[in-house]
Amino acid sequence: MSETAAKRTAAPGVRLGFASFVWRPWMVSVTLLLAAATFLVFCLSIGVGDFPIGLPQVVATIFGRGERVDEFVIMDLRMPRALAGLIVGIALGVSGAITQSIARNPLASPDILGITGGASAMAVFLVTVSGGVAAAIVGSVGLSAAALAGGLGTGLLVYFLAWRRGIEGLRLILIGVSVSAVMEAITVWLLVTADIRDVARSQAWLIGSLDNRSWGEVWTALWCTLALMAIVAYAAFHLGPMHFGDEVAAGLGVPYARVRAVLLLCAVLLAGVAVSAAGPVPFVALVAPQVALRLTRCPAPPLVASGLVGALLLIGADLVARTALPISLPVGVVTAAIGGPFLVYLLVRANLKKS
Amino acid sequence: MAVQDIAKVEPELKDVSRLAARGVTVGYGGRAVIDDLDVVIPPGVITTIIGPNGCGKSTLLRTLSRLLKPTKGTVVLDGEDIVKLKTKTVAKKLGLLPQAPVAPEGLTVADLVARGRHPHQTWLQQWSSDDAAVVERALAMTGVSDLADRPVDALSGGQRQRVWISMTLAQGTDLLLLDEPTTYLDLAHAIDVIDLVDDLHESGCTVVMVLHDLNLATRYSDNLIVMRAGSILAQGHPRDVITAELLHEAFGLRARVIDDPVSGRPLIVPIGRTHSENSENSDQQNLG
Ligand SMILES: Nc1ncnc2c1ncn2[C@@H]1O[C@H](COP(=O)(O)OP(=O)(O)OP(=O)(O)O)[C@@H](O)[C@H]1O
Ligand SMILES: [Mg+2]
Repeated sequence: MSETAAKRTAAPGVRLGFASFVWRPWMVSVTLLLAAATFLVFCLSIGVGDFPIGLPQVVATIFGRGERVDEFVIMDLRMPRALAGLIVGIALGVSGAITQSIARNPLASPDILGITGGASAMAVFLVTVSGGVAAAIVGSVGLSAAALAGGLGTGLLVYFLAWRRGIEGLRLILIGVSVSAVMEAITVWLLVTADIRDVARSQAWLIGSLDNRSWGEVWTALWCTLALMAIVAYAAFHLGPMHFGDEVAAGLGVPYARVRAVLLLCAVLLAGVAVSAAGPVPFVALVAPQVALRLTRCPAPPLVASGLVGALLLIGADLVARTALPISLPVGVVTAAIGGPFLVYLLVRANLKKS
Repeated sequence: MAVQDIAKVEPELKDVSRLAARGVTVGYGGRAVIDDLDVVIPPGVITTIIGPNGCGKSTLLRTLSRLLKPTKGTVVLDGEDIVKLKTKTVAKKLGLLPQAPVAPEGLTVADLVARGRHPHQTWLQQWSSDDAAVVERALAMTGVSDLADRPVDALSGGQRQRVWISMTLAQGTDLLLLDEPTTYLDLAHAIDVIDLVDDLHESGCTVVMVLHDLNLATRYSDNLIVMRAGSILAQGHPRDVITAELLHEAFGLRARVIDDPVSGRPLIVPIGRTHSENSENSDQQNLG
């Protein structure tokens, strides 16, 4: 199955039917391990609750061979939460991997670039200003749509503000940080002027949480994510040369402007889908690709591994949030506690490299 | 190729040439750097572009490789307007090494060179045994096989330059555009790289490169393009082109041009300020 090169200098290839790829054993093993770990944490997360269920029963039930009681608790009550965590984590991880790859900067994640901020501002706007009225009319789908639109709008705004005959990483980040701050200011202003009940509703959502997910919301998020991932998988073929910058990429036959636009749009939409499903869970999109990159020893964030680390982080953080303390916390509190120090670490490292 | 051969080729050049620019005006954000320039790249020889910093050498190379779209005029590659060709089609015919490429941190030499195969790959065919063989050859040709597993950012400037050239070779094109391939190299390594370029030319490649070392340029190229402020001052065989007057006009450089004892081509000896007295005298004597 594997057809190796004559000498050791170039990477060996692997052939599957009529497709052929570079064979990277380390990356493949790490990715498989990550997938296994994600599945484990996913099952653990389902098992934990007021009515604890053992790991074997959870696995049996997922594969359709569980008992009736377990099946009700798992499929009707707990599965939506766990699945939402899985989807949101993958979406955030992949979204961050794309933005970091294209900006060629580890700080360029949807949260830093203001995309999640814009999504939140728009959602809070819908809840507060247009009042309970609009929110009641359009329901939770409307809230998701608003978050998506807000994320997309902010993403486009940042892109056009940062565009000067091409995108340069640092400028993109500085503008993203500024726009992010503006979006936060808008959110705060909306909350200050809003009705107290709306504020409570918004606040619960703003910290990022997986509480009370319904199957409906999960399906929407799932289909959106799958569709976007298909586009990403197709366009990602050109991502390798793009790590060298526009000139080399063009020299290697990559229509870089188009590829970049498509991938960034997908990244923004993935982040938007995640925010609309779970609120702006902070730092997952920043941390996951960087962890994945270090684990797989890749020079740039690997997409699949980043998504898996994102899911692992999010479900794991949710598990900790529900079990570590006597009271259950929103998942965003835990990811912020992990992500804050990680951001500092990245900044210190970037500074050390410069000096 | 001797002078006479070039002269013989010249009339039919327009038909055999694979790459040419016709009346191109090109610049950045509305400001034209090159205005109404015509150039024909002769096939099968090394063409070297020389000229002072900022005169538009890289800009010309970018235009010839479709990185920049001219606002006026056309670049013709194999008889077709290059702007109308697909990026991938161009990449299969023409390899480009930009002036200061950067690689992501931690990327290994083998992986970087392997990227040169990108134009030949598709989503499903991302790596074939052909690719592996071509990459091995490209690594060996530039003498970086031993570095294959090292990260590119852990190499010296000269080694890195060879790795990038290796990537351009892996692209497998017989048209190579190299922007300052000898930056960072000491003289011995610079000669090595240019010898490599010469070998490629011997094996049938057409090379266009930018060099700052005028003596390397005259020694190795059969066609010189001398630029100043976005236009071409002179083009032709170094023996016909390189004169003290031209160097003064192009670079504002005072120099003497003597015969190179090794190659019999012109050798440029810059005068500079410190040695002006002496040289001026000897110059005078020489002229008189
Ligand atoms: N990306 C760019 N955006 C705007 N102006 C540019 C850009 N690149 C080059 N220029 C300008 O175009 C002119 C020609 O630049 P070019 O890079 O072609 O010069 P060069 O001859 O290659 O110089 P050098 O020998 O220093 O490499 C210069 O005045 C430069 O400032
Ligand atoms: Mg240049």
